[in-house]
Amino acid sequence: MSDLVDVSLIVNGSEVSHRVPARTTLADFLRQTLELTGTHTGCEMGVCGACLVVLDGQVVHACLSFAVQASGSAVETVEGLTERAVIADLQEAFHQRNALQCGFCTPGMLMTAYSLLSQPGVPSREDIRDALSGNYCRCTGYEAIVDAIETTARNRAAGGDAAAREEIDA
Amino acid sequence: MTAITALDRPNSYIGRSVPRPNAKRLLAGRGRYVTDIVLPRMLHGAYVRSPYAHARIVAINADEARAAPGVRLVAIGEDLAKLCTPWVGTMDHFKGMKSPPQLPLPIDKVVWAGQAVVAVVADTRALAEDAAELVAIEFDELPAVVDIDAARGPDAPVISPELGSNLCFHGKIDTGGVEDVFAGAAHVVEEEFLFGRHTAVTMEPRAIIADYDASEPKLTVHHATQTPYQFQDIYARHYGIPEACVRVIAPDIGGSFGMKLHMYHEDMAVVGLSIMLERPVKYVADRMESFVSDIHARDHRVRARMAADADGNILAMDVEDVTGIGAFSAYPRTSVVEGNQVYRLMGAPYTFKNYRADLQVVFQNKVQMSQYRAVGHPVACTVTERLVDMIAAKTSRDVFDIRSGNLIPDDAYPCASPTGYKFESLSHHACLAKIRALMDYDGLRAEQAALRKQGIHRGIGIASFVEITNPSPAFYGVGGVRISSQDGAIIKITPSGDVRCLISITELGQGTETIVGQIVAEHLGVDRERIKVITGDTETTPHGGATYACRGAGIGGETALQAAKKLKANVLAVAAAILQDEPDRLDMEAGWIVDAASRQQRIELAEIARIAYFRSDTLPPGTQSQLSVAHHYAPEGYPFAFTNGVQACHLELDVETGFVKLLKMWVVEDCGRVINPLLVDEQIRGGVVQGLGAAFFEECTYGDSGQLTNGSLAD
Repeated sequence: MSDLVDVSLIVNGSEVSHRVPARTTLADFLRQTLELTGTHTGCEMGVCGACLVVLDGQVVHACLSFAVQASGSAVETVEGLTERAVIADLQEAFHQRNALQCGFCTPGMLMTAYSLLSQPGVPSREDIRDALSGNYCRCTGYEAIVDAIETTARNRAAGGDAAAREEIDA
Repeated sequence: MTAITALDRPNSYIGRSVPRPNAKRLLAGRGRYVTDIVLPRMLHGAYVRSPYAHARIVAINADEARAAPGVRLVAIGEDLAKLCTPWVGTMDHFKGMKSPPQLPLPIDKVVWAGQAVVAVVADTRALAEDAAELVAIEFDELPAVVDIDAARGPDAPVISPELGSNLCFHGKIDTGGVEDVFAGAAHVVEEEFLFGRHTAVTMEPRAIIADYDASEPKLTVHHATQTPYQFQDIYARHYGIPEACVRVIAPDIGGSFGMKLHMYHEDMAVVGLSIMLERPVKYVADRMESFVSDIHARDHRVRARMAADADGNILAMDVEDVTGIGAFSAYPRTSVVEGNQVYRLMGAPYTFKNYRADLQVVFQNKVQMSQYRAVGHPVACTVTERLVDMIAAKTSRDVFDIRSGNLIPDDAYPCASPTGYKFESLSHHACLAKIRALMDYDGLRAEQAALRKQGIHRGIGIASFVEITNPSPAFYGVGGVRISSQDGAIIKITPSGDVRCLISITELGQGTETIVGQIVAEHLGVDRERIKVITGDTETTPHGGATYACRGAGIGGETALQAAKKLKANVLAVAAAILQDEPDRLDMEAGWIVDAASRQQRIELAEIARIAYFRSDTLPPGTQSQLSVAHHYAPEGYPFAFTNGVQACHLELDVETGFVKLLKMWVVEDCGRVINPLLVDEQIRGGVVQGLGAAFFEECTYGDSGQLTNGSLAD
């Protein structure tokens, strides 16, 4: 049960290597071994979405993969996205709209939103709700979360359009 | 948006939708929940649980587990009973109420499926769980008491034979005259209502780390709870540790909704395990454990009748409520409070005077039941409003019309309900009028009629309610339960002129720290950014009730307000001495001492603080600056601050499939002076959606043998 395995991967842009029990989940590896506690475990069975992380560009449940399965991959957590400032506008929209209460589900929500907003086009509220169907929130009733993501999507689209216009003007 | 409003004064924060300063940390993934915390030399606990709802413990063999890798301790009921005194979840003013004594782990029998029996402590949680699988417990299964009727039958096995029956509490309310009113009433409606078990499902499960240091002695508990002071008291008394040596810290909490108010056996055991090992021990319930060990709520069967005259004026209600609470009453808040609130809130918005009710609170072999969000309100409201709608149907009156004819008039206060609740001031009619306009009721009815002709079935429902908030000492205190109804705050000016407010109400994400900051900033005359609010640590904050029953703003907010005024008077006294002026001719604004009349800046607060802390020699002789204040506030007079409101729902029913599509919800709630509209709106929205979950989707279901049949997030 406690056979140790070597795990090497890139987490938030840095190479990490550790020898951990083979059964260590990616969520526990991030939270306990690397002390990246922004990734949360709410159900440990891939339902609640609190543990979502970006694995090689895909949003996955960190509680459903073993750390060793992520060996050789690149993982990004809420800490990494925050440091890179790629979700700063999303975080600001969540803050202004009070789209979180206890905050436990929030890193997972941000992961889903980050992934959704990385797709081309501006998602509709229905698209946003559909994307959030795997993220449980018990505090907010979701409306403010949908609002914050919608606001960010529109602002990005408007900002993108403005940048495009400036290019044309130049 | 250019008009100057009352909110445009400096430091005018009350009534403003300002975001929560502490939310940024959570958004950056820098929350610090108990589940995140690691202490030096910390060990991890896991529990072996009962597979049976009711069984005698014949033998426990833990030899193999004790020898397993990484195992530091295996403890059973007797081990913890040597350290921890038993607890009984009763309250004095529930006359005749009874409940058996409880221990962290059972000694001779288990009383629900999922009850923790043996604790295993190891170097990691995984190793503890491995070893837990090696514990062999021999059980002698007993007949499970599951059904609330069977539990009360003459031949029912009695779960706690020393109590004589499975009845925890039997309450009656009778104003008299009810039979006569029903006999002579033009209309009588009646129905039976079943309310299933619900549970909170907080996103962060229950989590606790106990750290006992025998050398001082000192017990430090990081506990995901709403009420750290309550647990400081409990741990001190039941483990015989001086209260001053017990520290309970409630850091960021991943949801609570009342569920984290209660004493759980595993949590109490963790304290004992840490005492035995003299090392920190952590326990986090996993999701499956949460379903079988977190409190459940509701589980009521209500049979109710309502009588009305020919015009639909309500004359009386007659109610029988039976509720199943598990095998004992929860500690320390009891499992009778919910039933008590159900049978006292029945009909609360209405004027009728004749009321009779019978409440039976029944033991059964299920997990304990106690307070969860909206304690009793959904049950009382559903029953009352359904019966009101049935009277409306019988008398062909519109649902708004029947309510406006029966709701207590807005000018009738103060008054009392026939169930004994004293209302200071409610506003049912104003709320009813407001929601009618808000939802365009007449338009919706016309649309409903038009769509019905096309085969589209839309429903419109409204429900008026009374809400219990801000309990005074008349509740827990008078009932002999050591739960405070007061709160305390310490506010200090730092040497740089910043402000720290340490307050006993706690933050669960609802915005406690934000509204306290708004209140202190406004009443002290300081920018909000310069105020740091600190909560959730018995070592630093004064003792208080903390957060439950919608009391944070009402009692904690008032505490902060009074403390800020007290501190301001102290600041102005020093300022007056420095400026050679009178304190009442001075005021504070945006971090300055200003002339009260002209608002001209006289001296900066930071300068007052600098002089007071570093150059007191320059002050007039005898001036002793008091730039820290401690202040407590408890509500007086009314036992509760009742509030009220009305909700409306618009939905569409697919008559072929039975699917319901919710189209819109409206809420009008009279919550008094709103400190932060954004936070109030989001709190209500979250509450409504959690309520919709209960109404449409959620129920903890049990099989005949007392097994929870849907105890995971995937069921």
